[in-house]
Amino acid sequence: MKHGKWPLIVTFLVPPVLLYVFFVVSPYLQAFQISTTDWLGYSADANPVGLANFKALWHDDYVWNALKNNVILLALVPVLTIVLGLFFATMLAMGGRKGSAGVTGVRGGALYRTVYFFPQVLSVVIIALLWKEVYHPNKGLLTSALHGLGLPSPTWLGDPATAFWCVLAVMVWSNVGFYVVLFGAAMSAVPKEIYEAVLLDGASRFTTLRRVTLPLLWDTVQVAWVYLAIFALDGFILVQLMTNGGPNFSTDVIGVRMYDTAFGSETKFGYASAIGVVMFFLTLSVAVLSLRIGRRERIEYS
Amino acid sequence: MNRRDILRRSAAAGLLATPAAGLLSGCATSGGGDKNDAETYQGTKSAQNPLGVKEDAPLEVVIFGGGFGEEYAKAHEAMYTEKYPKAKIKHSSTQEISKTLQPRFVDGTPPDVVNNSGSGQIDFNGLVSQNALAGLDELLAAPSLDIPGKTVKETLLPGAVEVGSYDGKFLVLNYTYTAYGIWHSAKLFADRGWSYAKTWDDHIALCKQIKAAGIAPWTYAGLHPRYMSWPLISTAIKLGGPSVATAIDNLEPNAWKSDSMRTAADAWHQIVKDKYILDGSSGLDHKQSQTAWCQGKAAFISCGSWLESEQKDVTPAGFNMTIQPTPSLGSGDKLPFEAIRGTAGEPFMVPAKARNVAGGLEYFRTMLSKKGAQDFTKKVASLTVVAGATEGVELPYGLSTVVKALDASGANGFNWVYNNFYRKLERNLVDAACGEFFSGRIGPAEFLEQCQKGADSIAQDSSIKKYKRAA
Repeated sequence: MKHGKWPLIVTFLVPPVLLYVFFVVSPYLQAFQISTTDWLGYSADANPVGLANFKALWHDDYVWNALKNNVILLALVPVLTIVLGLFFATMLAMGGRKGSAGVTGVRGGALYRTVYFFPQVLSVVIIALLWKEVYHPNKGLLTSALHGLGLPSPTWLGDPATAFWCVLAVMVWSNVGFYVVLFGAAMSAVPKEIYEAVLLDGASRFTTLRRVTLPLLWDTVQVAWVYLAIFALDGFILVQLMTNGGPNFSTDVIGVRMYDTAFGSETKFGYASAIGVVMFFLTLSVAVLSLRIGRRERIEYS
Repeated sequence: MNRRDILRRSAAAGLLATPAAGLLSGCATSGGGDKNDAETYQGTKSAQNPLGVKEDAPLEVVIFGGGFGEEYAKAHEAMYTEKYPKAKIKHSSTQEISKTLQPRFVDGTPPDVVNNSGSGQIDFNGLVSQNALAGLDELLAAPSLDIPGKTVKETLLPGAVEVGSYDGKFLVLNYTYTAYGIWHSAKLFADRGWSYAKTWDDHIALCKQIKAAGIAPWTYAGLHPRYMSWPLISTAIKLGGPSVATAIDNLEPNAWKSDSMRTAADAWHQIVKDKYILDGSSGLDHKQSQTAWCQGKAAFISCGSWLESEQKDVTPAGFNMTIQPTPSLGSGDKLPFEAIRGTAGEPFMVPAKARNVAGGLEYFRTMLSKKGAQDFTKKVASLTVVAGATEGVELPYGLSTVVKALDASGANGFNWVYNNFYRKLERNLVDAACGEFFSGRIGPAEFLEQCQKGADSIAQDSSIKKYKRAA
């Protein structure tokens, strides 16, 4: 078997690595190179301009504004999604209590699990259009509900004061289902005896979640955190379809800025690449940081 | 895996990556030039073939799949192949012009005809400054296909060439003729005994009356509020004359804060202050607001003459949508009430590196023939830049009011082109300012200040090519 190792490695590893290098790594490298040019995207002419694009970026208020929104998303989307996801998953796994020693989920758990997962099945585009109608200021679900209660309603996506939070809510909504399933799966790997022991000791549900479930799920939570952080730094599709950054740039995110600079209102591909390069390093640092900060000992059940 | 391992591996990866980067960095930006040598199609010029089309050369046409659809283009292509039966036409339609075609421009293999329109439109400033477009002067000088004794240029409506010209070079054929005005339902107004007001004071009085009747006087596309910049700028131009527009187009200092613009902004602020706008309009997109208007929830809306075909599916029978110019501010106006913004729109272009440039120009000549133009008007209910092409064509109600309005406006018609010169200025910056202004979050002075700030940022950006137009 020894001599058969190399052919195996070559056949199974080289093609994917080549594909990865060609379709992922090389565009990244190209973006780095393009970001130092004044390329306008529709001819082969590109003059090197050194770091001029990055300098312009530093003084670009619109980029800073978009970045500020991304930071708020980064601070809120992962926390809200994970807290909600954990809460729902806990309820589904051990929300109901049968007698003193039974650990079961709430009634109809399977149904809830399916319902929570719905947004994950829909494409992001559908989600955006769906919510655009929900937020319709005259006949949307939300407005009608508020009017039904005799309350005034804001114009949702039409008002800079509310638009950003509306988009943020959709981001959380569309992600929670996936993490309910993810956390649920992780919870089912936790031996039941632990919970039964905790129950016998008389711990409340909240204590159980905080002292037992969360520490045992830490690895999963950490992965969720990294995914959601990367998602929060992007958020492009939802924002572009729901508000395209408006009104008055109140929902702008860095991804939309990059897209708009290259394909939207301008054709500055060099400058857009510079924005992309900054995004790349931001995402990378956030991912590395959150992995570092959250590092803990791994627990293995025997 | 320990730290030394990681370092060693990343160093190895770096070694591999560096030459790869050298190889690859060539691709995106500098690969295309060589393909220029690829064969281009050129036939011999003659009286029958003034543009020198090679009769068997293939022609590739990319159409924007928007409100006009693509059937009209297929008809034009059929007319082309009627004349050149040996030519194979490759037709495609997309809503994402820039995303689809950008790589092909870089690669030096763009299609021969591009209908560069819609929200995925490629910024013309970028295209022109990179010399990516073929000049269309030869087309203008060529004889018209079926209007005897006239060159193509002589068959076009006034202003059609200017709109597509950059620094005096005609590069973009804007095929439709579009009027921008204020729309209302003739039926609604007749039922209620209202009539369209010709002066601003009367307009405000009428708005009061409409509101009292339980209908919102105005609605607008809150998510694309630039639609409201059109009547506002029109009002200013009618007050101060066309030089107001020239100053804005040429990015003159404080052009947005001219006296005329101030007066116009103050006037329009009235409909915001008096709450004459449908509640929630600021959260509607163009389709939603236009639909609310078609449902009779609002009396007025600002739009171009494509409105009728865009709303075809939701307009109730007998609605009779009617376009009108913006009301006059008073007797001091330089232009009469009838003056309306009319301009050529729906841009078509032939890329400079297209292999069949002559074929592209000939395709334009087909579009601009009387037959081609009439067919277009019949199919999509929109005017073309070909003068008199509507003769003998039965027009839908809304379009007939557009024709009437344009006739009445005549030589007083006006236009501006800053949106073509600097797409970002209208699409992003003025758009955002309009959103703040028409939702009442800022007043007229701040509105003009924000527009001016946007214009200044374009003027100061050395990476954007500047264009001037004569008064």
